[in-house]
Amino acid sequence: MSERPHWLDQPRNVKRLWRGFLVVLALTVAAEFAVALHPAFAVEALFGFHAAYGFLACAAMIVGAKVLGIVLKRPDTYYEADDE
Amino acid sequence: MSSELLVHPGLVLIAGALALPALRGTARTAAVLLLPAVAMALLWLLPDGLAWQVQWLDYRLAPLAVDRLSRLFATIFLLMAFGGGLYALGQPSRLELPAAYFYAGSAVGVALAGDLVTLFVFWELMAVGSTLVIWSAGTRAAYAASLRYAMIHLAGGVVLFAGVVGTIAATGEATFAAMAPDSIAHWLILIGFLVNAGAPPLSAWLPDAYPEGSWSGTVFLSAFTTKAAVYVLLRGFPGTELLVWIGLFMVFYGIVYALLENDMRRILAYSIVNQVGFMVAGIGIGTEMALNGAAAHAFTHIIYKALLLMSAGAVLFATGRRKCSELGGLFHSMPLTTICGSIGALAISSFPLTSGFVSKSMVAQAAADGQLLTVWLLLAAASAGVFLHAGIKFPWFVFFQKDSGLRPPDPPASMRWAMVFFAFLCIALGVWPEPLYRMLPYPVHYQPYTAAHVLTQLQLLLFSGLAFFVLLGYLKRTRTLTLDVDWTWRVALPALARGGGSVIAGVLRASGRVLAAGTQRLSRVIAREQGPRGVFTRTASITGMALWVMALLLGYLVVYYLR
Repeated sequence: MSERPHWLDQPRNVKRLWRGFLVVLALTVAAEFAVALHPAFAVEALFGFHAAYGFLACAAMIVGAKVLGIVLKRPDTYYEADDE
Repeated sequence: MSSELLVHPGLVLIAGALALPALRGTARTAAVLLLPAVAMALLWLLPDGLAWQVQWLDYRLAPLAVDRLSRLFATIFLLMAFGGGLYALGQPSRLELPAAYFYAGSAVGVALAGDLVTLFVFWELMAVGSTLVIWSAGTRAAYAASLRYAMIHLAGGVVLFAGVVGTIAATGEATFAAMAPDSIAHWLILIGFLVNAGAPPLSAWLPDAYPEGSWSGTVFLSAFTTKAAVYVLLRGFPGTELLVWIGLFMVFYGIVYALLENDMRRILAYSIVNQVGFMVAGIGIGTEMALNGAAAHAFTHIIYKALLLMSAGAVLFATGRRKCSELGGLFHSMPLTTICGSIGALAISSFPLTSGFVSKSMVAQAAADGQLLTVWLLLAAASAGVFLHAGIKFPWFVFFQKDSGLRPPDPPASMRWAMVFFAFLCIALGVWPEPLYRMLPYPVHYQPYTAAHVLTQLQLLLFSGLAFFVLLGYLKRTRTLTLDVDWTWRVALPALARGGGSVIAGVLRASGRVLAAGTQRLSRVIAREQGPRGVFTRTASITGMALWVMALLLGYLVVYYLR
């Protein structure tokens, strides 16, 4: 990284990284055909369960946090008066 | 028996901490690096069992007791002291390192305490040491935060003390052994432990206080208090079902607040609560697999969390900034910090080949073995969430994202070596978990690297990564903080006190007016009766007096003769 410090800044390379990432994602799901999972629960035996669950759980947490933030967010100077 | 000659490793560190302020230059560097090493050697020379026994009042105390569990925790505390000491060598504050070693030594003391009295003493020393570490950051915000921190911990200490006294009074024994929350005293002990673990409802003390430490202070703070609490819960309350739910709450609380947070070190502080939640849940499950998992996770967590905070500390050291909205693009000029921080981020996310993978999965495995579907599903969701808030969010917003234009260099050598050392441990423990597994309290029958486990974990993590980047718009940094329960003692209670104060003042003023009116009326009556013209104080002439006396005597004479 030090000899070519800016390669990550080029949009072309960022796009390549995205493509590579999507390929890896597809591969992890496709690998279920090759690897015998040992599901401990029935729900775990569904095809691509961990992938779908990971995505949906995270989406739910992000949206949940967003909703909570509407009520609880304050400017970051909120407490400063007490700390002075 | 030569048992009296055995040296307490924690006391070695504490004694060294008291001597540190007197040392300068090379002697100080040598002492900082050698003290934890010497203590570590002494720890591993101790035989299993009660090394020290003391008769105190009517109780038999064991201030130095060693078994597998206590040795594991004392080891990681000393390892942490070494790594943190190396990292903090360049810290200009003369108070912070001694305070940190005092704090670390007390944590070792907690891990090696065989009785409740010794445990309590070291517990309180830990509170003192950690408060001084926060305080030594030297800012007004740190001072205020250290006072709030001390208040919570002293309150927790009082509850713990009440529980200890109650237990000793009920049983006549001071031994620290497994209990259940079956009496008021045991409940008080459990609550005292949970306060330090960062459990609800007081959890906000942690993200409030820790990020106010100096760039090196927060590294120490992340390690000892919460993990000492995990240790005492492991020993004191294994299999207490309530802990499963408390742990799961902590896990999600940490994720949600970390997602909302803008301060990079507060993100990591919330992430401590999240990680301790996994351990507390494991303790609640209570099987050998779960307890092993909780202990192993505490061990690996201390290392990768310290590494993450070291990388954040390096950024703070170099830029003086701590808000994600003001950072970004630092990978250009801080490659080593970026790599080490990312290794820590992968380890906390339990990526295969990192330390988190071999420890956290044991807790999930225990939930699966016990067919606890709800617990297992929540733990899996939380694992995905860890990658979200600590695994990607922290490195992304600090080292990558939009370029902030900042080009600070990597930190000085001592900080770089500390980061490299801990990054190495994160990978080494992940690749070669056997040494850690051998140190765990129970025999390990667990193989983390099965094709199925690696694959399912990769799916879970990579798809949470996808969720992060797809929903990046929702995660935009704003210059905000998020209200937490510390709002109650920073805003609500003071306002209530001020409000209550003005009510009391009003009552006093009103009653003062009533009192004044009463006093005036009374003084008017007194003035009328006792004044110069009053009945009782009027002056009369001497002639008049003599006349009256004569009349009295005459009257007496008349009565005498008439009788």
